[in-house]
Amino acid sequence: MGFFEFVFTVEFFFSIIRITAPIIFATLAAIICQKGGVSNIGLEGTMMMSALFGSLFAYYSGSWIVGVLVAIITGIIVSLGIAFFAFNLRTNIILAGTAVNMIGSGGTIFLVKVITGMTEGNQLTSTNGLISTRLQIPVINIPILKDIPLIGGVLSGHSLLTYLAFVLVFLTWALLYKTPIGLNIRSVGENPNAASSVGVSVIKIKYTVLIIGGILAGLGGAFMSMYYSMGWSQDMVAGRGFIALAATAMGGGEPLGGLLAALIFGFAQALSIKASAVGIDSNLVSPIPYLVTIIGLVVFAIVAREKAKKPHKVKESA
Amino acid sequence: MTEQLAIQMKKITKVYPNGVMANKDVDFEVRKGEIHALMGENGAGKSTLVKMIFGMEQPTSGEIYVNGEHVHLTSPNVAISKGIGMVHQHFMLVPSLTVAENIVLGMVPTKSGVLIDFDKAIEITEEYSKRYNLVVDARAKVANIPVGMKQKVEILKALVRGAKILILDEPTAVLTTQETEELFKELVDLKNQGFTLIFISHKLNEIMEITDRMTILRGGKFMGVHETKDTNPEIISRLMVGRDVVLKVEKEPAQPTDAVLKVKNLEYVNVWGKKMLDNVSFTLRKGEILGIAGVEGNGQKELVDAIFNFIDVDSGEILLNGESILHTNQANLRKKGISLVPEDRMLFGIAAKASIKENILSDRSGDPKYNNGVLFNMKAIEDDTKQLIKDYLIRCKSPEQEVGMLSGGNIQKVVVAREFTNDPVLIIADQPTRGIDVGATEFIRKKLVELSRSGIAVLLVSADLNEVMELSDSLIVMCGGEIAAYFEDTTDLDDMEMGKYMLGLAKQDEEQIRKVRHE
Repeated sequence: MGFFEFVFTVEFFFSIIRITAPIIFATLAAIICQKGGVSNIGLEGTMMMSALFGSLFAYYSGSWIVGVLVAIITGIIVSLGIAFFAFNLRTNIILAGTAVNMIGSGGTIFLVKVITGMTEGNQLTSTNGLISTRLQIPVINIPILKDIPLIGGVLSGHSLLTYLAFVLVFLTWALLYKTPIGLNIRSVGENPNAASSVGVSVIKIKYTVLIIGGILAGLGGAFMSMYYSMGWSQDMVAGRGFIALAATAMGGGEPLGGLLAALIFGFAQALSIKASAVGIDSNLVSPIPYLVTIIGLVVFAIVAREKAKKPHKVKESA
Repeated sequence: MTEQLAIQMKKITKVYPNGVMANKDVDFEVRKGEIHALMGENGAGKSTLVKMIFGMEQPTSGEIYVNGEHVHLTSPNVAISKGIGMVHQHFMLVPSLTVAENIVLGMVPTKSGVLIDFDKAIEITEEYSKRYNLVVDARAKVANIPVGMKQKVEILKALVRGAKILILDEPTAVLTTQETEELFKELVDLKNQGFTLIFISHKLNEIMEITDRMTILRGGKFMGVHETKDTNPEIISRLMVGRDVVLKVEKEPAQPTDAVLKVKNLEYVNVWGKKMLDNVSFTLRKGEILGIAGVEGNGQKELVDAIFNFIDVDSGEILLNGESILHTNQANLRKKGISLVPEDRMLFGIAAKASIKENILSDRSGDPKYNNGVLFNMKAIEDDTKQLIKDYLIRCKSPEQEVGMLSGGNIQKVVVAREFTNDPVLIIADQPTRGIDVGATEFIRKKLVELSRSGIAVLLVSADLNEVMELSDSLIVMCGGEIAAYFEDTTDLDDMEMGKYMLGLAKQDEEQIRKVRHE
């Protein structure tokens, strides 16, 4: 009784949205890449690098806008790197993605040391404190909405990027299904031979989806280091780039499905944070997001299998 | 004169980088406004020739003229810009997109440059659909439409892009009878509207029905061009399937004994609704080679797949030594003594990255001789592999060499070394010598004869007429999923007669075909 009252508060639902936003960025990136037939598993590392450079440039320039822009550019550069290795030099794209993830983890900490000159103790693993409130991505209180009890507390007062994440779900859907480029992306992902037979350049489209994915991952990275935390710290993306791949699978590779899956993960993470605050052993709590992932994937697999089982209509020939 | 020619190819020779000569000095001329058939058996060089017209391949030597203009067709886009369109045998469509989206793909109409104008796409589709009387459902997803309609979508795709010359690569191969008739009506309509059509097929009756002229290829060479009305199926089949060199294999007459494999009333309809096996029944006896001849795609592949349990037949029985083997997994089929030399050796015959030793071991890894339950007896494996390499004349560096590094002929020798030495009672040899050198071919053929004379039953499936006629003791011809003919004795068989059955011009009476059941 008391537990539920304690957990399901306005702050709890607010935190779900806050936690879900970066997962949405990464999930949309994964979805776009998948639609274009590109397995981009390097989102985790891409976000790590964007988070680092975004926060550093925000600090040096004194402008959160510069920080976000640099995070986006970082995402694009890293994705172009994956594309170049995978499509021009013919590296296995999974290896290229793995390399990016490893650089995202080990390379960033190395860069922090080189760039900031910090060498000792805690300082080495984090630039926390770099981002002051002034440099944080601004929070928006939505007029009228903010005054509605409960709903206002849940939906208002999020950062600009949080709202952008949700808007991007619909923009991604529109891009894929309402624009010529989206049509080309889907055709390349499904039947590259068909696409190239009518003059659609397969490699250009694959570069395009990786770049769009890089922009989205860049936004996710900026969100992590310039709003979610007040600076960069080691492995701060904490698997969101991988959870995005799971959310993509659970959501059937569609933006709306991906949003729902991301919300489920957001809910699970918020729950585990809250539960540990109540004093439940963190060893019991921390597996919650992973358990949800496994359950979600099992449900998805069952649904997909049932769909595939539907008898194939075979018509009699003469 | 050349003004009236839509396509003119002069002395075209195409040699692929791997040394295969697909076309040699071929002359090919297509008049404006005709339906021109390009005919020949599998491997005759038809596909290569049209790929060069559509810019997918470039000739090694020779010249191509389109509407009298000397052109270099370096890519499909160039060909399209010259008014050439192609309907591929395997459709180039995106299943999750609608018919209209597939048709406008790559040239999408937009509203103010940003959003797709779906109404306009549907309008374009319906306009062309109406103008050329090719009925399609513009709004339906391609995944949900029947094969016949997919083909119309392909034709429309070419027409929308301004094609005046249409190449159709075996368009009827995937169609049912009604769909084929409908397609023919549409093609004649297109011809009457001034389009030029190049039609690839090896089905004689179709060619006689709709074409004006035909060019025949055999073994990559030009065998002549004929007015359809001045010719007859006999002439064509002689040009198409004649043997240049008659192969002779030394063998004693077969003395078949007990039945090993009995196939009864096999029926199979594939996922596209096409009947691939139609009441197929036969008996294969100990000590004989039963050949299965036929133009590819007439059910031979499905027959082999059915026996080896790669597909589930709709009805019928398959018995090995009197015991049903339907739905038996492949490991157990092998335990019962069935060996398979598969058609696609790289996919089903070997593991290219594994060594010769490992490939040989793959079907006998549980044998106590090699496996004591925990560890392999490496010495025994090594010794026996060495012996097989010697016996089967496999040219390699060592038993450890990667199979994928060997030549095609030696890879096939690894396959047969394994398949022929696991004490089989039945060997299924599916295109056993396709694409391999003369030496290896001769070796494998001799082995097959030797094994059959030692009392093993051999089922030989081959599209190589020479091979199947000379190697087999008795012979079945398959056409349209049915057994069209059965010859108990192949010694005095005439290729012309075979050709008629293969191309569906004739079928033996039930009584003769029934004899293959040996009941």
